[in-house]
Amino acid sequence: MDQRLSNRPVLEVRGLTKRFGGLTAVKNLGFAVNSGEIFGLIGPNGSGKSTAMKSVMGIERPTAGDVIFEGENVAGLPAHKIARKGFGMVFQHSRPLNRQTVLENIMVALLPDSLFMLFPDKALVERAKWIADRVGLGSVMNRRPPTLPFADLRRLELAKAIARDPKVVLVDEPFAGLTRAEVDVFSDLIRSFRDEGRAVMLVDHNVKSVAALVDRVLAMYLGEEIVTGKADEVMKNETVRRVYLGGAIETHARPETSFKDKVPLLQVENVSVHYGKAQALENVSIHIHEGEFVSIVGLNGAGKTTLFNTISGFLPYTGEIVRGGENLRGTSPAKIARSGLVQCPESRELFGEMSVRENLDLGGQHLDDDKRAAQLAWLFELFPILKERQGQMAQTLSGGEQQMLAIGRALMMQPQILILDEPTLGLAPVILELLSKALTRLRQTTSITVLLGEQNVTFALPHADRVYVLEHARIVWEGDPGRFATEAGADFL
Amino acid sequence: MAGFFTSRLFFVSLALVIIAATLPLYVSGYVLGLLTVAFYFGVFAMAWDLLFGFAGEVNFGPTFLIGVGAYTAGILNAQFGWSVYLCIVLGALASVVAGLVLALPALRVRGPYFGLTTLVAVLMLQNFIVVFADLTGGEIGLTIPDVITINAGANYWIALGFMTISAAILYGLSQSPVGLVLQASGQDPVQAGALGFNIVKHKLAAFIVSAFFSGLSGALLVFYFGTASVGTVVDVAVGVNVIVSAVLGGRRTVLGAALGAIFLIVAGEFLRPTGELATFIVSAVALLVVLFFPGGFLGAALSREARS
Repeated sequence: MDQRLSNRPVLEVRGLTKRFGGLTAVKNLGFAVNSGEIFGLIGPNGSGKSTAMKSVMGIERPTAGDVIFEGENVAGLPAHKIARKGFGMVFQHSRPLNRQTVLENIMVALLPDSLFMLFPDKALVERAKWIADRVGLGSVMNRRPPTLPFADLRRLELAKAIARDPKVVLVDEPFAGLTRAEVDVFSDLIRSFRDEGRAVMLVDHNVKSVAALVDRVLAMYLGEEIVTGKADEVMKNETVRRVYLGGAIETHARPETSFKDKVPLLQVENVSVHYGKAQALENVSIHIHEGEFVSIVGLNGAGKTTLFNTISGFLPYTGEIVRGGENLRGTSPAKIARSGLVQCPESRELFGEMSVRENLDLGGQHLDDDKRAAQLAWLFELFPILKERQGQMAQTLSGGEQQMLAIGRALMMQPQILILDEPTLGLAPVILELLSKALTRLRQTTSITVLLGEQNVTFALPHADRVYVLEHARIVWEGDPGRFATEAGADFL
Repeated sequence: MAGFFTSRLFFVSLALVIIAATLPLYVSGYVLGLLTVAFYFGVFAMAWDLLFGFAGEVNFGPTFLIGVGAYTAGILNAQFGWSVYLCIVLGALASVVAGLVLALPALRVRGPYFGLTTLVAVLMLQNFIVVFADLTGGEIGLTIPDVITINAGANYWIALGFMTISAAILYGLSQSPVGLVLQASGQDPVQAGALGFNIVKHKLAAFIVSAFFSGLSGALLVFYFGTASVGTVVDVAVGVNVIVSAVLGGRRTVLGAALGAIFLIVAGEFLRPTGELATFIVSAVALLVVLFFPGGFLGAALSREARS
């Protein structure tokens, strides 16, 4: 009996499905995690891995499926009940109580869910001190969170998650925003949770960053499992390679010397950006010629969106951004967009309750009637589906149609430089093909300059004249897309 | 928590209360009357801060809770002649019940909708009072036969004592383990849930405590005034004053809210010679504080201490 119990996985997930309206974020997912094991849930941005983790924790209510913890199905219970059964979760973004000390913040995690706990228990204080020491906060436990460095705030999140001695620890992107040295320290901490017999489940974008840490990995894409196994096996898997790297990629790069302008149209020089204490961009320099298609590839969290938002004027930065000889510092985002540097954001930001046509008309609002009609006719040729959907409310479109509308609205502004941030996010392969054709057309028939941010290399490379690889806030590779797979591809799994 | 009794905040508060307690010996009845009202307002603002500052819920209708307490106490005394003290207790309880009825459904909706629900509740109460004029006195107001006492000094001491005790309880609660959980729920509900706290339960409890003190203070106020009227305890403008007091004094400080209320009422009175302009000036000061010192009077002081 005991033997059988100890062999049974502490957490077993079967047929887990989560739908948001028409979108199926997680589809029939199943896996098991044993105590004393580190299990990785890996997938590109939009693959549903975070939703899967939140569904296990009860933060999202699963649409279907079982989450079995020590033989009991906890699927559908609220998060606080699941937590009390023996789950702890490490969040990526923390909002500690800033007027309380580190120790008091840890104390909160130890308190019972009672309305009558009016005086702190001496035993709890001792336990909180012990946990602070355990995660390496012992020397700062009487300080308040605003005075702590970023890595210590992440330690505080670890401390809170393990405070009540959970059997299952869920970790959301364990290394986001950490330096390489800190990554090693955090890896050791997470390993020590395993060695204490906890089941650890972590979520990350790529296998490589967690390969040394995890015992087993489940790779997922578009809400479904691709393969489960040891990290090196998963990295060798053909489907996984295709999802991250694509198959045989045909590239059509035009050499940089073929662009006529001597000084590049857009120059970003030594740009650094900080979010509070976390560094989001570190001395990033890129340039784009007029008419050139440049791709920035990098995983979720590498800093792509931050770079684009900086160029569009939304974020304070150090360094220089020069467009056509003019320094953009101090120019408002609205003015930058009106002058022809248009961003189509990752989140699309459509006007959901307005029709497709109204969204497009807003994009072309500065044009006179004739020009707008001409631009619209051209656009409908590029995306015929938008013509059919003109009268429909934007939020009722499918994901792919919404993406086309977002690009279409940006194009209605007649941009000189178009920034596309992750246009393929969460879209099915057939839609990717449509978008791909549209980009090819833009490249062949117009003089537009495009800056494309992607983690989907398969999509990005065929449309790139030049590629930059952004990793951990830095540009780590620049070159011809044809050389990408051999020189930079291995780092990308 | 134990550190509070040796903190500067404790000694400053203690000194202020002692000085305030000696005021009836040498200031006029007029000043005492003004401060009496200000002290009751201070309790309104502190009870509101428990919801806004700690539970993270913006209650746009503090006067719903205040008004139910005030009118219940007033009507029971005027219609049935029950004793003042019984009426005060029943007023506070009625406010708790009304708070529960409002909060149970309202806490299920998120963000701005909670605030809107509470705002609508005030308008409904106001309408109810006007429509059922036979019972409530309607727009003219309800005359209440009994008062606690007519001695200005005694009234002042009752109000000061009540405010001090309420402040001790509300502040103690906010700094207790339960207060920490409440604060965590307000700041990051998803994480608080994942740490094993039933957020709705904690917020509901905060609402009940807030309702109890609001109602109790409202009931005491009508027995000081001798009347209950929409303009003094229900109108949305009164609620706005409560909110402004709390924000002015400092979010998440409880004690600051009382300071803000006293400032608001005393300043309004000082500026009375300027006529209609008084409200404008006080509002402008409040706006400036909110824009440039969003932490409020006490918030700014406390966070400076926290950083050092």
